[in-house]
Amino acid sequence: MSLFKARVFVHLRPSVLDPAGEATMSATKRLGIDGVTQIRIGKSIELEIEAENKNDARSKIELMSDRLLANPVIEDWTLEFNDEHKLIKN
Amino acid sequence: MNIGIIVFPGSNCDRDVRWATEGCLGLPTSFLWHETTEIDCYDAIVIPGGFSYGDYLRCGAIARFAPVLNSLISFVNKGGKVLGICNGFQILTELGLLQGALTRNKNLHFICEKVNLSIESTKSSWMKNYKKNDSILLPIAHGEGRYQCSPDVLKKLQDDDSIAIRYADNPNGSIHDIAGITNKEGNVLGMMPHPERACDDALGGIDGKSILSTLLS
Repeated sequence: MSLFKARVFVHLRPSVLDPAGEATMSATKRLGIDGVTQIRIGKSIELEIEAENKNDARSKIELMSDRLLANPVIEDWTLEFNDEHKLIKN
Repeated sequence: MNIGIIVFPGSNCDRDVRWATEGCLGLPTSFLWHETTEIDCYDAIVIPGGFSYGDYLRCGAIARFAPVLNSLISFVNKGGKVLGICNGFQILTELGLLQGALTRNKNLHFICEKVNLSIESTKSSWMKNYKKNDSILLPIAHGEGRYQCSPDVLKKLQDDDSIAIRYADNPNGSIHDIAGITNKEGNVLGMMPHPERACDDALGGIDGKSILSTLLS
């Protein structure tokens, strides 16, 4: 077994309004920064998972992302794998 | 005949619902802890408002994996009546028993006020005391009540006559002013307004009584 590290980014689908992103964008103007045309706020979920190999880890994380971490009705997700992993004894 | 109210860690309208169903309407009501799986002895189930599991990740996202909700799916498939109020509505959409999703209010505010609503569909027994376009007044109290769904799902809701309740003056940006929907069969109703907070004149209105009274009829 190995321990894998990964990061799942969950973001609202482009068709879904993000009022928190729009509120943040209005604050950029108050900060004095012009030219910001879009801000969309999502979540970054860092996780570690024990698995036989990278493919096994990936398929578990994909299932988790589809069923739990993101709601496919309103959200998309992307997965970033950290290629470093460590072997676990036994 | 008996109503069960599911209680999650973080539910906060469970006792309000019992006060309304048992205290105001005289309907036998019990609490059901979220870890139970025995719910077949009930005739109707209410998922109350609140912040189940702290609403971590997304509203209702963690609650949907509670043991009691596995049993709820077969309860619904056998035709059992289920009412989800506010967080309960969010949980029913996460669970897939109702379509669409509830997202952050358009103006980002947590909105706590009374709103005028119109009855849009009378196909389900929940609305049997109403006629289409009847107007009722109920409280809302939510930060994430903006109903969202794809154009295909919206069309299906319309074709199935599943849009049950609409806002007269949309407070949160919900598409098509949707405040409550049923499933196709009509035995599951999810709604953001709180009928249990409008069952006694002392609270400023009794328009919630009618919907709750249909739990056991």
